[in-house]
Amino acid sequence: MHARIHHLFWTAGSFAIVFASWEVVVRLFAMPQYLLPGPGPVFVALAKNFAIILSQTWWTAATVLAGFIIAAAVAVPLAMAIVISPMLERLLYPPMVATQSIPKIALAPLFIVWFGFGVVPKVAVAFLIAFFPIVIDTIVGLRSIDPAMLQLARSMGAPPHRAFLKMRLPHALPAIFGGLKVASSLAVVGALTGEFVGSDKGLGYLLVQASGNLNTALLFATLVVLSALAMAFFYLIEVLERIAIPWHASQRTHPL
Amino acid sequence: MSGRSQTVLGTPTVVRAVKSVATGEHGAFIELNAISKSFSTRDGSSTLAVDGVDLDIGASEFVSLLGPSGCGKSTLLSIIAGLIQPTSGEAHIEGKPILAPYTNIGIVFQNDLLLDWRTVLGNVLIQFEMRGMKREPHRERARALISSVGLSEFESKYPWELSGGMRQRVAICRALIHDPPLLLMDEPFGALDALTRAQLQIDLQNIWQSSRKTVVFVTHSIEEAVFLSDRVIVMTPRPGRVREIFTIDLPRPRGLDARAHPAFTEVIHRVNHLFEEMGVIRG
Repeated sequence: MHARIHHLFWTAGSFAIVFASWEVVVRLFAMPQYLLPGPGPVFVALAKNFAIILSQTWWTAATVLAGFIIAAAVAVPLAMAIVISPMLERLLYPPMVATQSIPKIALAPLFIVWFGFGVVPKVAVAFLIAFFPIVIDTIVGLRSIDPAMLQLARSMGAPPHRAFLKMRLPHALPAIFGGLKVASSLAVVGALTGEFVGSDKGLGYLLVQASGNLNTALLFATLVVLSALAMAFFYLIEVLERIAIPWHASQRTHPL
Repeated sequence: MSGRSQTVLGTPTVVRAVKSVATGEHGAFIELNAISKSFSTRDGSSTLAVDGVDLDIGASEFVSLLGPSGCGKSTLLSIIAGLIQPTSGEAHIEGKPILAPYTNIGIVFQNDLLLDWRTVLGNVLIQFEMRGMKREPHRERARALISSVGLSEFESKYPWELSGGMRQRVAICRALIHDPPLLLMDEPFGALDALTRAQLQIDLQNIWQSSRKTVVFVTHSIEEAVFLSDRVIVMTPRPGRVREIFTIDLPRPRGLDARAHPAFTEVIHRVNHLFEEMGVIRG
């Protein structure tokens, strides 16, 4: 518990330093409001527009979550299939890598054409961009098991599905969570890109509006909320990770 | 030297060296007849790992396969386990050909292969879960076994909380919990420090003496092989062939004094010379 308070203290401290240097820069160079507002005006803008920012935050959060969950739900089973079957690997892996060479952000305008201005194209971009790191990390995790472990499973008379569930999959969980964490940040980028291209809702829409009106204080307020959203999302996955793999080296709190 | 060892032990022959045992002899627990195994390499050619090995292993016998790295001793162990099939020759256990992984078996590898997400008890009980059996009926027996290797206080610890020697003890428990007649060990103590290793050798001997399982033990330590075994099978460098078989008639249980026994040092000496002859050790 003491360690946790200690940790919190340092986190708060690092934020305090960031805000203080921000204020110093604004005053030192006498920055005009429309270029770089200080922390004060930004929080005023945040308070004044709180209701609208909050409603747009829910919208973006739902989009990110949908894209992320679909990405995980497709990527993990796909990675399993690729690891289990060499035939499926030859069939699925090359086209998957090929689609990754297309910048997914560049697909957003196409998705608008296909799916309209609703939530679907934003979820699609979030999905596409979050998908790849989960597949790659799951494959690496599943492949990194000691071959002797699988021999041991065979000598225990275990059918392949049981060796997979009891040995391979738990062994791969730390790598899968690594992929999920990277994907969580990318899903936010994807949802936002979708909102930039064509939307009348979400934090991305709010950013475009604020920028168009040269309302830089609102722009910064939105950015603060956006980074808070991305962080909340990242830590949500960290909490899930701590629950799922308390045994892993990355989760051990007490020294040996 | 040999005269002295005879008087000490009171047996006419302390150490016998035999070129090879008779093959096709029925009643042996494990029979290997003219086993060869070649592996294809990346450039498309093939390497002969094991070449024409004839070996019979009796029930309750402790046999070591001793040889330099890459001599095919681990390959031979995998063939006995049914994990790989020989390129030619036949392998039988209890008269039946080994065509699939032989599951009435316990295996211990150099790497303990414990599951990080399971406690010591959970790691031992995985043996039953992998066989599709319930773990509950075996819990008490597992706890007794864990206690017998001195780990009763650690049964709910995770592998990363244990030392290397403790981890390997858990791996041995996992290999014994279902009471298999055959125990295969592939350099199980290879990664341990000398003191832990000596202790585990004594512990293994005790386990073997009370359970009388057939043990096939792969090692490249001459001392370890001689200390533990009824017979030591010395293999040639690749391709692995049986070079010579030493029968170790030292009385059991063998304690630390056994290592100073003239018969013990004599075999060590002879195996060393054999390795020198084969070019494994250059004098």
